[in-house]
Amino acid sequence: MPHTQHPIELLRFNTCGSVDDGKSTLIGRLLYDSKNLMEDQIEALERSADITGGGQINLANLTDGLRAEREQGITIDVAYRYFATPKRKFIVADTPGHVQYTRNMVTGASTANLSIVLVDARQGVIEQTRRHSFIAALLGIPHLVIAVNKMDLVEWKEERFQEIRDEIEDFLPKLGAFRDVKFIPMSALNGDNVVELSKACKWYGGPTLLDHLETVHIASDRNLNAFRFPVQWVNRPNNPTDQTLHDFRGLSGQIASGIVRKGQEVVVLPAGIKTKVTDIWTYDGSVAEAFCPQSVTVCLQHDIDISRGDMIVGLENLPGRSSELSAQVCWMHSRPLQAGKKYFLKHGTQTVQAIVSKLESRINMTTLDSDPEPAALAINDIGRIRIKTAKPLIFDGYSTNHLTGAFILIEQGTNATVAAGMLSAPTEAVKPEYSDFAI
Amino acid sequence: MSSYHLDHLQYLETEAIHVMREVAAEFERPALLFSGGKDSICLLRLAEKAFRPSDLPMPFLNVETGHEFPELLEFRDRRAKELGAKLIVRTVDEAFAKGIAHPTPGQVSRNQLQIPVLLAAIEEFQFDCAIGGARRDEEKARAKERFFSFRDSFGQWDPKNQRPEIWNLYNAKVNPGENMRVFPLSNWTEMDVWEYIKKEKLEVPNLYFSHERECFRRGGQWLPVPPPHTDATKPDPYAGARPKPNEPIKKMIVRVRTIADMISTGMIESKTDTIDDIIAEVAAARVTERGTRADDKASEAAMEDRKKAGYF
Repeated sequence: MPHTQHPIELLRFNTCGSVDDGKSTLIGRLLYDSKNLMEDQIEALERSADITGGGQINLANLTDGLRAEREQGITIDVAYRYFATPKRKFIVADTPGHVQYTRNMVTGASTANLSIVLVDARQGVIEQTRRHSFIAALLGIPHLVIAVNKMDLVEWKEERFQEIRDEIEDFLPKLGAFRDVKFIPMSALNGDNVVELSKACKWYGGPTLLDHLETVHIASDRNLNAFRFPVQWVNRPNNPTDQTLHDFRGLSGQIASGIVRKGQEVVVLPAGIKTKVTDIWTYDGSVAEAFCPQSVTVCLQHDIDISRGDMIVGLENLPGRSSELSAQVCWMHSRPLQAGKKYFLKHGTQTVQAIVSKLESRINMTTLDSDPEPAALAINDIGRIRIKTAKPLIFDGYSTNHLTGAFILIEQGTNATVAAGMLSAPTEAVKPEYSDFAI
Repeated sequence: MSSYHLDHLQYLETEAIHVMREVAAEFERPALLFSGGKDSICLLRLAEKAFRPSDLPMPFLNVETGHEFPELLEFRDRRAKELGAKLIVRTVDEAFAKGIAHPTPGQVSRNQLQIPVLLAAIEEFQFDCAIGGARRDEEKARAKERFFSFRDSFGQWDPKNQRPEIWNLYNAKVNPGENMRVFPLSNWTEMDVWEYIKKEKLEVPNLYFSHERECFRRGGQWLPVPPPHTDATKPDPYAGARPKPNEPIKKMIVRVRTIADMISTGMIESKTDTIDDIIAEVAAARVTERGTRADDKASEAAMEDRKKAGYF
């Protein structure tokens, strides 16, 4: 792996497409051509080529790590890959195209800055293409790449590429706002326009896939607007060896959005108590300010009763507070979602009991329209539901804040993670009755 | 880069700290698997960053095969003491005595035997979670692993039935008898680990640096010559791992790239005296780290099979 100089950015992306669109081959090609493969990995590839591939190296074998996958030639689960170039480091989530494994695509996409949707140039746009683009949009991934693969099998015809591009550009506006969308014609199998520009394709004037991954602007993807700090763990030393820490009481967590400064006024929710940040403690010493997504320990001026699940926020742009919630969910379990069932809901650092009170609609993945009041949501369905929680949540809409607007549902008893949920924006902001804290 | 920007190591660090704090907050009896190897050395620093100025809210746990490099054990014990952590050690030899594990005829490596010992230790101390230093870039089956990896009451991993992991919302719920393995370094590469060790100025065992050692060639690797068998009242624990007459012993300048025990660790010929040298060597390496591990060479699915059985 090429050695890199600091500081260097990290880009997380996922690949999705239908079975046989060549996702795994594409990742194999990226690793192979950017010299991120090691001799023993190439050796292992050659070994399995002799056994199963009739001598042809199968780049997909690099990512398909489980035995069943190699035997069936499919990708079952999200596989994570790591590679680096002198410009960036990359984390790749290779997410499967099999319809029954769409939940894994949601998993891989939830942490991605960028999604690559593969389209087989011969097949053109199919239901999976719409579904994957839709999920990328739903999860708020800012950058989209449409990789029109297997161009060699349509003789690199520009008209074919344009046809596919037109069809996708027709439905993309329905999906929401990607910050940018890039269309790249390629052949992952032969390596055209992946790392090296294609010699077979004269009419394409854009970057290769790797060029694009190395240069796409991601610095402004992070949310530095409203300060949100879900309290994760109360840090109170029992027997500090250092006596100055005898009264230390810190609140540890990862900043979900925004910036916090020493001396800043903040509100502790849901209590609604206003106080001041006296210190931002880290192992490497106190800092004057900290920002999303740093993990820090915040000390406050007043000794307030605060525990895991509370949220410390800035005075501007307050979040919502409600126990009646509206959300889009992707259902991830073979037991369907039915109205009236009770689940655990994990949101930020707190887990509460919740009842799904109503199934409002279900997305038709062919038309991307909403069908009202479905009887159930089955595995891989996406729909809008209403939820009632046993305790109000302090939250934002997912579209403005991914971390304070997202939740998972956990089935009681089996503890299976059954849904990924994205909250709608609150109808009104929380109105704390500030009584300035007095001791 | 702007001042409100994290480079890739800072990003990996904040992610790992978040994961560690989730463990402390969600589990009643977590443990941290500390072997003294480079990955778990990073885990210790991350634990300090996650929990200081408080005490580390979990003991360290290590399973010994009995074939360890002595310098590694010394390092492990000393670091645990320096950090004020409780260190729990369980050994394959004890497990033999208690009948928890049984020697495999014809098999010298005790790598597989760590599984029942680890599971017994989890049961003995009622641990509901064990933090480990495994990374997804190590091996293909590990590439499919979650941060929070659920194990049933037999300690087994079911790769086809993993809990989906979305955003940073980790489902930490387990029923009594079940447990979780948590891997804060999931997204780290071998290079990231060394760059972090350099950045944090972390001490590593001398084994990682070049030293003179007697080795012999077997299975395409340079294996260290085991320590002499002194106690004649007991069978030689290294029987089968000693060089045969047709395997000449050679004094070489070597180091380890990854540490298992003396039986499973291939030594690499190298002249590296500093962390910078190691980073340069990793950057120029032409084989993966696991390519020097005899335990992974068994078959293409060697790791997958061990993990299903409860390996971490």
